[in-house]
Amino acid sequence: MTRPSVPKPAGVAQPQVVTLRIDGRDVSARSDETILSVARQNRIDIPTLCYLDGLSGWGACRLCLVDIKGTPKLLPACVTLVREGMEVTTDSPRLQKYRRMVLELLFSERNHVCSVCVSNGKCELQAMAQRLGMTHVSLPYRYPRLEFDSSNDLFRMDHNRCILCTRCVRVCDEIEGAHTWDCRGRGIETRIISDLNEPWGESSTCTRCGKCVNVCPTGALSQKGTAVAEMTKRVTFLPYLTLMRNSDEP
Amino acid sequence: MTPEELQKVAIIEQESQEQYDHRIHVCMAAGCLSNRADLVKQQLEKQIAANGLERRCTVKGVGCMGLCAAGPLVSIQPKGIMYQEVKPTDAPDIIQTLDKAPIERLRCDTAMPFFKEQKKVVLENCGLIDPERVEEYIAVGGYQGLLKALTEMQPAEVIEEVTRSGLRGRGGAGFPTGLKWSTVAKAQHPDGRKFVICNADEGDPGAFMDRSVLESDPHRILEGMAIAAYAVGATQGYLYVRAEYPLAVKRLKQAIRQAERLALLGNNIFGTPFSFNVDIRLGAGAFVCGEETALIASIEGKRGQPRPRPPFPAESGLWGCPTLINNVETFANIPPILRNGGEWFAQIGTEKSKGTKVFALAGRVKNTGLIEVPMGIPLRRIIFDIGGGIPDGRKFKAVQTGGPSGGCLPERFLDMPVDYESLMQAGSIMGSGGMIVMDDTSCMVDVARYFMEFCMSESCGKCVPCRVGTAQMHDLLVKIIEKRATDSDVRLLNELCDMVQSTSLCGLGQTAPNPVLSTLRYFPEEYEALVQAGREREAAGSNGSAMHVAPQLKPNSTQPQAHVDSEVTP
Repeated sequence: MTRPSVPKPAGVAQPQVVTLRIDGRDVSARSDETILSVARQNRIDIPTLCYLDGLSGWGACRLCLVDIKGTPKLLPACVTLVREGMEVTTDSPRLQKYRRMVLELLFSERNHVCSVCVSNGKCELQAMAQRLGMTHVSLPYRYPRLEFDSSNDLFRMDHNRCILCTRCVRVCDEIEGAHTWDCRGRGIETRIISDLNEPWGESSTCTRCGKCVNVCPTGALSQKGTAVAEMTKRVTFLPYLTLMRNSDEP
Repeated sequence: MTPEELQKVAIIEQESQEQYDHRIHVCMAAGCLSNRADLVKQQLEKQIAANGLERRCTVKGVGCMGLCAAGPLVSIQPKGIMYQEVKPTDAPDIIQTLDKAPIERLRCDTAMPFFKEQKKVVLENCGLIDPERVEEYIAVGGYQGLLKALTEMQPAEVIEEVTRSGLRGRGGAGFPTGLKWSTVAKAQHPDGRKFVICNADEGDPGAFMDRSVLESDPHRILEGMAIAAYAVGATQGYLYVRAEYPLAVKRLKQAIRQAERLALLGNNIFGTPFSFNVDIRLGAGAFVCGEETALIASIEGKRGQPRPRPPFPAESGLWGCPTLINNVETFANIPPILRNGGEWFAQIGTEKSKGTKVFALAGRVKNTGLIEVPMGIPLRRIIFDIGGGIPDGRKFKAVQTGGPSGGCLPERFLDMPVDYESLMQAGSIMGSGGMIVMDDTSCMVDVARYFMEFCMSESCGKCVPCRVGTAQMHDLLVKIIEKRATDSDVRLLNELCDMVQSTSLCGLGQTAPNPVLSTLRYFPEEYEALVQAGREREAAGSNGSAMHVAPQLKPNSTQPQAHVDSEVTP
């Protein structure tokens, strides 16, 4: 029971039970569930990075793209709702190739040198690269020299490690209700900012709850006082929080 | 306003026009205005006053006459004489010769193919009416389509008429308009609210079709939107215009005010229960906001980023309500379809692509400007007959259609008919109507690099393939142009094209590789020449003579003329 990650389509009052086929297996689901959640319930794991159980779907990392029979485009499983009779393929050589390239693009975008990162060994990006068999990066590294914001007395933000998954933006807005984080700029110049692009430590909206730090998949957001490979993230609070809030609703 | 009153406004306006022996039209669209058409108009008015001709002559500012290359344009009605490149100092001569033979040195030949080969549906009023006066639009049959829809037709019949016309979306993808309307009409929302949005966020480099229509005939868009709103059951419309079009915004605001004053917008239009209001929303300079879901986010006050579809806006759009989004030109086609019937419209064009298409003809052609041609016309007739061919005796090399989402087509496609399917098959797209002609001085790799740079800087940064992929592809193209690339770079470029195309979130990323793919397909020799140069350089470099080669490498230029002409030009 998590909050629905996509707005319910208009006119659908009562969710219906539908049957579909994922990777050749017949499964049943509610019509308001996403392909990703149905797949995971059936122990078919689709790789994700920007998705996090308990936050709204974003559909931006493109790792969870799946092939749906009869649909010309690949669709993100995290925000695509199931339909009656759907035939979904979650793994194929083509999808694997694209997923590895997504990771290569992410690794080439900013500085992701694991050996000097606080999240080494506990990083979702690193783990995903291992899982998907990304052995090398064939693209040139861009290595921009980005800021490091350590103005907050508890946490720090290293833009060089950020993959712009916007989990921090969403958790701060949707769960904490502070909306301290957002994005500025566009394209390759996009950056996460706090408030109106002010130092994090001077933010008037930040409650220093640390939720953003814990949902961050890489070493971009970390706790002060941690050295290489010492930063452990705990995201288990999220399902409990969302469960409690959902049960409050009438 | 009642139907009779609409008729009366039209008749009064027609009579007041006919009382003049000479009506002098001065083009006041952005192209001619930037050549100081406003001063020309001022001088003409002064001369009329000085000669005491106020009762016989009138001067009015009108919308785009099309031949932007020869602006400022002045036409004298009802004689039908057209003058080009008019300067304010020409005003006395023009007024003096009104009753005599026209001035030959200023004369613009209206019998030339540029004018004869065109078929005007969307632009039928452009250059004829004053866009700042609603009465003139009504006098040429304006708001008759809305009147017919509201008083004689059911919403379902309106949709049927549009479906019968075979009209397809003019924003680029060519989705059948009737089908889109019926989807929105069928969609339900608990609030019962629905919206109609006009996408006027035209942003392709070199394209100015929508701007011209908005500047020259703004009421046409309002009428089209009102008809659409009646058909799908909406009561509120938004016109999303980019802020870079200040004149269009000004004229639209004026048009909305005038229409509201005459009760052509607002509550109980023509005494029927139908109510419809339109508001303007300004874009803040992001190209991606032309993508429908990003546009909706922008209207909602959010960061202009697209979201994955489905759900499509027709089911869940603005504030979660069913929303109809059409392009300016699509809405501009609606009033004539309602007035003349869907069958009339379906007679124009080809089997699958009906009607006409407006193109902004730009680049290396003699007659740059705004043209409207029936669908299915061969490219050759557009470029060589209407466009007048390539200037300075150069040779045609390629034509780029569809902006950064389109592709470059070489000479062998010149006899291909211009319609959605043919262009798509050739590796380009119809797009919104930009058409850039290139001669043999253009380096196609540099053209690809230019469009990739555009996509890179206009990517919203949400999804990984578009954000990082376009930047990587741009860097690879720069590397090729600077003759530093190897074969593996070209292979990598190909792989990235495929990946970005297949995995990007929205249309911007999915089509960003098109300029690269089409130039790789039709001009591989240009890539090959540059890579070969790189190979030779490397070989020379390993022999220790790198210093000798290095001065030939110039930094990447933003000019369309590239520094590789001598090696590449066939």
